[in-house]
Amino acid sequence: METIRYDLITALPELIVLCMAMVILLTDLFISPARRMVIYSMAQLTLLAAAYFSFSSHAPSVSTAFSGAFIDDAMADVLKLMMYLGTSFIFVYSRQYLQHRGMFRGEFYALVLFSLLGMMVMVSGQSMLTLYVGLELLSLSLYALVAMDRDNAKATEAAMKYFVLGALASGMLLYGMSMVYGMTGSLNLAEINLALMSGAKIHAVMILGLVFIVAGLAFKLGAVPFQMWVPDVYEGSPTAVTLLISSVPKLAAFAFVIRMLVQALPTLAVDWQQMLMIMAVLSILIGNITAIAQTNLKRMLAYSTISHIGFVLYGLMSATMNGFIFAMFYVVSYVLMTLAGFGIILLLSRPGFEADKLDDLKGLNQRSPWHAFLMLIVMFSMAGVPPTLGFYAKFSVLQAALAAGYIWLVVFAVLMAVIGAFYYLRVIKLMYFDAPLDTHAITAPMDTRVVLGFNAMALLVIGLMPEKLMEICIYAITSSLS
Amino acid sequence: MQNYFYHHLLSFAIWLPVLAGVVVLASANENKPNATRWLALLGGLLSFLVTIPLYTQFNFADGGLQFQEGFSWIPAFNINYHLGADGLAVPLILLTSFTTLIVIIAAWEVIEKRVAQYMACFLIMSGLMIGVFSALDAILYYVFWEAMLIPMFLVIGIWGGPNRVYATVKFFLYTLLGSLLMLVAFIYLYLNTGSFEIADFYRFPMPLQVQILVFLAFFVAFAVKIPMWPVHTWLPDAHVEAPTGGSVVLAAIALKLGGYSFLRFAMPIAPDAAHHLTPYMISLSLIAIVYIALVALVQKDMKKLIAYSSISHMGFVTLGFFLFNNIGLEGAIVQMLSHGFISAAMFLCVGVLYDRVHSRQIEAYGGVANTMPVFAAFAVFFAMANTGLPGTSGFVGEFMVILGAIQINFWYAFLAAFTLIFGAAYTLWMVKRVFYGAVANDQVAALNDLNKREFFILATLAVLVLALGVYPQAVTDMTNATVNELLTHFAQSKLPASLPAGL
Repeated sequence: METIRYDLITALPELIVLCMAMVILLTDLFISPARRMVIYSMAQLTLLAAAYFSFSSHAPSVSTAFSGAFIDDAMADVLKLMMYLGTSFIFVYSRQYLQHRGMFRGEFYALVLFSLLGMMVMVSGQSMLTLYVGLELLSLSLYALVAMDRDNAKATEAAMKYFVLGALASGMLLYGMSMVYGMTGSLNLAEINLALMSGAKIHAVMILGLVFIVAGLAFKLGAVPFQMWVPDVYEGSPTAVTLLISSVPKLAAFAFVIRMLVQALPTLAVDWQQMLMIMAVLSILIGNITAIAQTNLKRMLAYSTISHIGFVLYGLMSATMNGFIFAMFYVVSYVLMTLAGFGIILLLSRPGFEADKLDDLKGLNQRSPWHAFLMLIVMFSMAGVPPTLGFYAKFSVLQAALAAGYIWLVVFAVLMAVIGAFYYLRVIKLMYFDAPLDTHAITAPMDTRVVLGFNAMALLVIGLMPEKLMEICIYAITSSLS
Repeated sequence: MQNYFYHHLLSFAIWLPVLAGVVVLASANENKPNATRWLALLGGLLSFLVTIPLYTQFNFADGGLQFQEGFSWIPAFNINYHLGADGLAVPLILLTSFTTLIVIIAAWEVIEKRVAQYMACFLIMSGLMIGVFSALDAILYYVFWEAMLIPMFLVIGIWGGPNRVYATVKFFLYTLLGSLLMLVAFIYLYLNTGSFEIADFYRFPMPLQVQILVFLAFFVAFAVKIPMWPVHTWLPDAHVEAPTGGSVVLAAIALKLGGYSFLRFAMPIAPDAAHHLTPYMISLSLIAIVYIALVALVQKDMKKLIAYSSISHMGFVTLGFFLFNNIGLEGAIVQMLSHGFISAAMFLCVGVLYDRVHSRQIEAYGGVANTMPVFAAFAVFFAMANTGLPGTSGFVGEFMVILGAIQINFWYAFLAAFTLIFGAAYTLWMVKRVFYGAVANDQVAALNDLNKREFFILATLAVLVLALGVYPQAVTDMTNATVNELLTHFAQSKLPASLPAGL
């Protein structure tokens, strides 16, 4: 009895999100469409409550629950808090967009909360089974969200594509996990690590399992050569859903990689380092070069995501403590940037107009200097130009890679960053140097404007004072991995 | 309070213009451009005034870094906010704040659209460039160096000419490519020394092969900025398309960032590589001096001509650096300042004509001296200074560098001296075609002479060009001790006694 209570308390934030997702789904049935703001407020309050419990329970010490299948450590707490923040931003940015398109319904909020729950489980997964369950909960919610705009053929196509490829990747992941289970006799990550540390010769099946696991993870991260779905899904989904797919799940995927590769399979580091290296180099290359040719802003940001993932992998492939810390710093920075970037697209859309073409940004500086300035910060941050946050993110992962001795790969990444700068600059060029095509006034609720301003200015302010965020990442990784 | 101010002179010099820029931006009102202009002028004036104590408080006998201040900025990487300036940096800082003031006045009625953004860009840029000249921590320096690109990118792109987008993107990407390689070098040095302090980099011994790689990484960054042949092609494009103010800041200050950084980073951090590569550096400088001067000769666009002339004159600067003697190095520093005044003035002259006729083509003019006699007098004076007429600042720097070169190798001096012929040829030929002869067309016939504002700007610059030409000691007294210090630095070999493991 005592253990069950302890288990439930450890997983209290997850339970809150789970219960509230169901409550929202039910409430939505009994509420008139005019009063849907209640649903919205409930969803925001859920995040607040979960944040409160995650924060109050956080401690540098590690506690496990459910027979070691679930873990609550510093990394889990930090990442969960970031997730709540990101999800809350998503709710704020997307509200008006959803209202205009008839998608402002309980399902959206329930599905987002379910996907959040999946991510939280992934972040806290300490057994391959938990990790997998969390991942599937996330993926299934996302498939449904992509297809939410039922009558939109593009969205349906994107959902189909996402689902088929996603199922394939889940299959691969599961296959890999089964091999690891077969060789080590345990699903628990710590036990797998112990079994491998015992010194016995590592069987080839283990490596084969690793290949499948890495391939499955690469798909979820959207790293080359498993990136095919990314541009299509980004473009086809309603922008509010693209905002979700492109941002918060990357935190969970990062945690998944740390749990699986670093906590369970550090003995195979030499093997997965090579795989990550190839994916990192290809992601940066293909992401940056293909982005140049895009005319659709969402597609361009999709390729930009691929290249950012490449940079995250640069930190991970170093396989040093600093490498993991800086990779986490990069992921968190990336999430902040991408939220602000898609936030602006959402802000510029109105009924019947998506604002997802690059040309839709033309002359934004004349329409609204403030929002053009915010987008300017986001773009320079993505390009990695100081004094924005993106600079420190790139700077720190490159430093980790250089410390691990990958000097020519770093030079390569730097050259690719210059190519990357080109398409970010093009966005700025459109906003600042061209005359506007579209003269509609920008209408957005006050809270969206404030949060968006806060989000984008954070890129500048944290860029000037990155110490705090860096300390948080150091704290999260060192207390979880030591 | 006063004490606080004197202990943080450099911080004030950096952040006051940035703050002024933000205030101008925040209080912008498109319907009241005059209020914005006066506010920007006030900001520029205050920013200039706070840099004056850097001169009055300067200790002329000390060749080291003065006005130092600092605190730990990002402890995770051991990055410090560490500022300081020596006899090399202080004149350049003064040049920066002065030029910004000139640019603000020069833009007065000329810039009509988005006045606040224009003024704010220049004010912020001024603070960032002073930051580059005074940062003593590599990452702090890098942040200023890169952040400075953003306002310049916008200035050329928003207020520039018809081909502005091409020019500004080229400018940005060229510079970014160079600086990212420099960043890799910084990280490499950090991983070996454990800090980003430039002083620690100076002390770190490296074998020659490593030094050459580090030097080349710096070289790419600085050579693009200066610009040296063959990576100069962004400059003519950027100058031609930039508005007058952009051209002035580019020529007068931005190019000096590269020159300054050679002396602050590349040469003292990798002195053996610098000596090893000297023949190449001198060859590139001489090519810039001679070949680019010939290119300038055939230009039809006045701004392009001055841009090529800038590259040619900056060739003198790099030549002076790599002579490794006192007079050459000092001459190079004087040349940087002198070029700052003269090129600014020349671009302002073109701006005066362009505002009236809206053409930069030489063939669109002729006989301007008949309708604008006062202006013609100024223009001819600055043209003479550009060719290196004795008595003007243009003469001092070039003469010192040639003197320095002749001590090393007669042929260096011989080739460098060609500029006195070519420089005179392209500058005076342009002056002849634009100002003399019969009035070419109706537009020229209708020209009005300088207004008070333009007269004031050009007169100030003319006085400075003369002053520096007649009394260069004002600068050389300041740089003397620093130059000696730098030369002792360059002369110390940093090769380690034994190769470190792994190399």
